[in-house]
Amino acid sequence: MKLMVNGEAHEVAATTLAELLAALDYEGDWLATAVNNDLVDKANRAEFQLSDGDRIEILSPMQGG
Amino acid sequence: MFDLLGTTLPSRLLLGTAQYPSPAILADAVKASGTSVVTVSLRREMAGGRAGEQFWSLVRSLGVRILPNTAGCHSVKEAVTTAKMAREVFGTNWIKLEVIGNHDTLQPDVFGLVEAARILCEDGFAVFPYTTDDLVVAERLLEAGCKVLMPWCAPIGSALGPVNIMALRSMRGHFPDVPLIVDAGLGRPSHAATVMELGFDAVLLNTAVARAADPVGMARAFGKAVEAGREAYSSGMLEPRDVAVPSTPTIGRAVFS
Repeated sequence: MKLMVNGEAHEVAATTLAELLAALDYEGDWLATAVNNDLVDKANRAEFQLSDGDRIEILSPMQGG
Repeated sequence: MFDLLGTTLPSRLLLGTAQYPSPAILADAVKASGTSVVTVSLRREMAGGRAGEQFWSLVRSLGVRILPNTAGCHSVKEAVTTAKMAREVFGTNWIKLEVIGNHDTLQPDVFGLVEAARILCEDGFAVFPYTTDDLVVAERLLEAGCKVLMPWCAPIGSALGPVNIMALRSMRGHFPDVPLIVDAGLGRPSHAATVMELGFDAVLLNTAVARAADPVGMARAFGKAVEAGREAYSSGMLEPRDVAVPSTPTIGRAVFS
């Protein structure tokens, strides 16, 4: 399945958002995720089914003004 | 002490966490400023990265309240989703709402701002909208559910200070009971003191401290200026007058002629 993750193209075997995070070595409770511009909260990542062409954003805390 | 949305804060200075020379200097500046609220953001994390974790760990160690922002968002949808992501990560319903409308001036898209504010307020957020000094927009934001307003006094990072005193004064006069925080454009402590003397409840700044030659010293200076400006406002200042008035009593003056 082809996905865009943080703006980069990826070809992955993962079918859920939780599997995708593990496959790409993302872990930690400081991460927030969105798929196709909508929040997918932590509790729903394991059951969230990904589809070909999905755009995933994985964000973490950063300095800000 | 300052009551902000039911939270009692010891300082009327809110400080940004970006652009400091090092994490250690950021931590020292926060302490020196006396601030009790810092702003933070969310950005893309690299695969296997720990940058976000390290920064978040540092911020938590400071023992201050967190005000996440939606900096860099140019649409309502981006801002709303970013706010929801911030609420999950930072564990607060406070959000500094930015919907940027112009790349050059970084001025807010006030139409999108009102729309995003309405959506987020209905979703339980305490929205701190980064807005202009326009009174009509301010009224719309209050109608949308905002309990606090954050007008700019000059473009973000410009260090110009209050460029339209009349507009700020007018805003204070129109909304006497709404917490008003000047956000963006402050360059030096005297600017902060000026807007505090006008009766603004607090100021939020970042670049003026972070990019100073000595950010820790500048943070301390801003902390003092905010305090001085507030105390001056509370103490009742003299109105300017066009004639000289002697300060030393004239009664009992010696006559030598």
